[in-house]
Amino acid sequence: MISPELAIIASLAVPLAGCLAIWLLDKRPNLREGATLATGVILLALTIVVFAAVGAGARPGYEVFTVMSGAPLAFRAEPLGAMFAVLAAGLWLVNSLYSIGYMRGHHEAHQTRFYMAFAIAISSAVGVAYAANLFTLFIFYEVLTLSTWPLVAHKGDEKARRGGRIYLGVLLATSMGLLLPAIVWTYAIAGSTDFTVGGLLARHVDDAGPVAAILLGLYAFGIGKAALMPVHPWLPNAMVAPTPVSAFLHAVAVVKAGVFAILKVAVYIFGVDFLHKTGAATPYLWVAAGSILLASAIAMHKDNLKARLAFSTVSQLAYVTLGAMLATSMGVMGAGVQIAAHALGKMTLFMCAGAIMIAAHKENISEMRGLGRKMPVTFGAFFIGALSVIGLPPLAGSWPKFFLMLGAVDAGQLSIIAILIVSSLLNVVYLLSIPLQAFYLSPETGGGKARGAGEAGAPAIDWGDLKEAPLLCVLPPVLTAIGAFVLFFYADPLFAYLAPILEDQ
Amino acid sequence: MNLAEQLPVIPIILPLVAAPLTLLIRPGRAPWAWVTFISWLIFAACVAILADVAANGVISYHLGDWAPPIGIEYRIDLANALVLALVSGVAAAVFPFAYESVRTEIDDRQSPFFYTMMLINLTGLLGVTITGDAFNVFVFLEISSISTYALVAMGARRDRRALTSAFNYLVMGTIGATFFVIGLGLLYQATGTLNMADLHLKLAGLNNRVVEAGFAFILVGIGLKLAMFPMHLWLPNAYTYAPSAVSAFIAATATKVAVYVLVRFFFTVFGLDFAFLTKAFTFVLLPLGLAGMFLASLVAVFQEDVKRMLAYSSVGQIGYMLLGISFGTEKGLAAALIHVVNHGLMKGALFMAVACVVLRLGDQRCDAFQGLARRMPFTTWAFVISGLSLVGVPMTVGFVSKWYLVNAAFAAGNIAAAFLVVASSLIAAVYVGRIVELMVLREPAETASGSRPVKEAPWSMVIPMWVLVIANIYFGVHTEFTAGLASQAAAALMTIAGGR
Repeated sequence: MISPELAIIASLAVPLAGCLAIWLLDKRPNLREGATLATGVILLALTIVVFAAVGAGARPGYEVFTVMSGAPLAFRAEPLGAMFAVLAAGLWLVNSLYSIGYMRGHHEAHQTRFYMAFAIAISSAVGVAYAANLFTLFIFYEVLTLSTWPLVAHKGDEKARRGGRIYLGVLLATSMGLLLPAIVWTYAIAGSTDFTVGGLLARHVDDAGPVAAILLGLYAFGIGKAALMPVHPWLPNAMVAPTPVSAFLHAVAVVKAGVFAILKVAVYIFGVDFLHKTGAATPYLWVAAGSILLASAIAMHKDNLKARLAFSTVSQLAYVTLGAMLATSMGVMGAGVQIAAHALGKMTLFMCAGAIMIAAHKENISEMRGLGRKMPVTFGAFFIGALSVIGLPPLAGSWPKFFLMLGAVDAGQLSIIAILIVSSLLNVVYLLSIPLQAFYLSPETGGGKARGAGEAGAPAIDWGDLKEAPLLCVLPPVLTAIGAFVLFFYADPLFAYLAPILEDQ
Repeated sequence: MNLAEQLPVIPIILPLVAAPLTLLIRPGRAPWAWVTFISWLIFAACVAILADVAANGVISYHLGDWAPPIGIEYRIDLANALVLALVSGVAAAVFPFAYESVRTEIDDRQSPFFYTMMLINLTGLLGVTITGDAFNVFVFLEISSISTYALVAMGARRDRRALTSAFNYLVMGTIGATFFVIGLGLLYQATGTLNMADLHLKLAGLNNRVVEAGFAFILVGIGLKLAMFPMHLWLPNAYTYAPSAVSAFIAATATKVAVYVLVRFFFTVFGLDFAFLTKAFTFVLLPLGLAGMFLASLVAVFQEDVKRMLAYSSVGQIGYMLLGISFGTEKGLAAALIHVVNHGLMKGALFMAVACVVLRLGDQRCDAFQGLARRMPFTTWAFVISGLSLVGVPMTVGFVSKWYLVNAAFAAGNIAAAFLVVASSLIAAVYVGRIVELMVLREPAETASGSRPVKEAPWSMVIPMWVLVIANIYFGVHTEFTAGLASQAAAALMTIAGGR
């Protein structure tokens, strides 16, 4: 066993070494993908070492060097970050399997560049997870933006370039224009940017109190990756990327890095008590609540499956922000669990969308009627993923909703409960309708909307005549769907694992 | 008399003597080799001076052993030691770089003249920086300016417009110099001395019209030299049409030295007790700095010529330095000094990358940069990295500058200024991003049939360019050298100025 301190550094370095190996193996696709998978396995092992050490109460840290006084490049694992790192590393491994199936099935070009950028992205996601201060977090946040840009603009046509420009434009403008001044402001007030248990600014109440609401707003909108409306447009535009990118980066690594950062800012920079006392978070609570409902409403109108999932993600990400802004311990817990639960659920949905694209070449929901009988496994996984995102037991997605409602009660914001319930109902409409139509309606021929004959009796699935995507495209979503199911039963350990983030040490 | 005692005068004597000797050398490779050698010696001397000052404090060197305030004094503290190291360091990188570029852009028979002018220019810039005598500043400022006019005019072989831009620069520069010397005259009238340290002592408590007028003349004179918005009109044309190597050298040094002179006069000649200075901060430097940051950067976005774009960007970046000075605090001054050094590093590298493109394509318009990543990868990535540094991406010097400047703005309670700084850096992201997208994402334009394929620039250019690019990253990570020394320098200046 290596020490957790070393594991932290190694988990940043290993993907970069993997990136180099991928580059060197450019001409041998099988070995190249082997390098990706080997990197994934080692990375997962390393993050588990850190995860276990943090669970045992240690807070392994490593300071690389001091760039500016009070702002060193430093890492320190704590429960939230350790969980995020394991989640990212584990799902990257699953997603790498899926990437192989998808990229080959779709005959995509520039695959070496694709895998290299992916490796850098995961390294920077882990860097965000383990960052010991805002300065370090900001650096890796920016690297994550830059390294995922070639993935978004992967196809290289005019549409992809446009999507890439919006992606880069929104993320850089928010981070440089709002997040950076927020960090420097924090530094100017506190003389440091370290994540501190109980809240860094809570120790400088006199200076921070009057500006807390402004500063929190800078963080909430400056961390554009959290896609809080109205800084969400980069996310739907990022859907021009190949599906593995959407599945992993825009359901897990990138967006979760965003909400993770918001959660860390709320817990370790402001401190839950400080936020609660000043009431600074209340305006943003309503922004998050509005974001939840509005994004769901938009999602209902989207016929393109990936676009619908993207707006669903915007809505679900706002749950995490909402949890942070509730400024109660239950809200924070709900937000933390939502990061994990939504990652599993939404990744399942995206990978299914990709599998449908590969096998049936269909991107629009209206064209998917009856497809469930050709692709029962894919749509079955989609069904489970959708149930989890909606928040129905026995799936992982039910816990965060539960905790968030408890948090809303603690905060005395009862109307938030109503919003959560309405949002779940909207989720039912726009997510569950997809697999149900696929299983129970017959495929329509022609452009007409006439129904009737097909609905009379849905024919049974003909197991001899399936048209599933390649194994590597079908297996990963099944794995994550199972993961969403299993996590439901491990909510208590996860809760106990995260609990120390709120305790003063 | 040993050499170590004479160290402070070496950066001046050496190029001053070597420059006329260059004229005697036959055209070809030899003049270049000679000035490169000299520039390295000077750089070594300047680094030795910086090390000495950092270790032992202020150096006071009496020229010809005449004691100040009658004799001329070279007075080196951390602030000018740092600028000396920057100027000589950029020279040590640009001079070796210049050979191939100059060979294609300038008539070979002129090359001894060209390198002579470069050395004289270097002498002037170093002299302005090193001296502790106010009139000496004027003399060296004119030495550097006049040689720059000549150097800019040498771009005429490639583009005749260099002549008019050199002439414009000459007129504006001379007006600036005249204002400056009138200001000095008024100060001399009021105090009877020209030694800066002595001036500071005698000016204390003096608040009459003569001194105020002198201050105003000096501010305008130096403002013209450092291209303070809206007195920057000479700069874009001069940078655009000068030979590429000259653009790289003066963009990285000349205005930076002028900013240093401004700091020197503000803080160690006048001092913060001088009531007029605080007014100048609030009503001149702050608004003009902000205006430069925005308007010049916006103009840069719409340029079709990359050198001109970078020139407007320089005007904008000077706005950052003026803003830092205008806070009148130690942090603000430190931020300005840090940016003086850092901006020299990034602009030097950027103009060198453009010089490489001009060498291979003979064209400095945006369209020429299309698809360059495939054909000139080293140049492209040098441009990309130093461009990111200009924008202020973490792990580059630009980020360090921005961090200190924004922090200084918050500390000075000027929250609006902090946001304007980051907003202006987003404009930089637009104009840099435009070129980077052309270079990296686009396919090369169809070349006319029969033309030879474009190759990477020669090693003699790529290596010095990358030295500066790596400096951009190295000092972006190890900030104790730039930011640490600049902060100490600012602290020392504030002590003299009697700062809050």
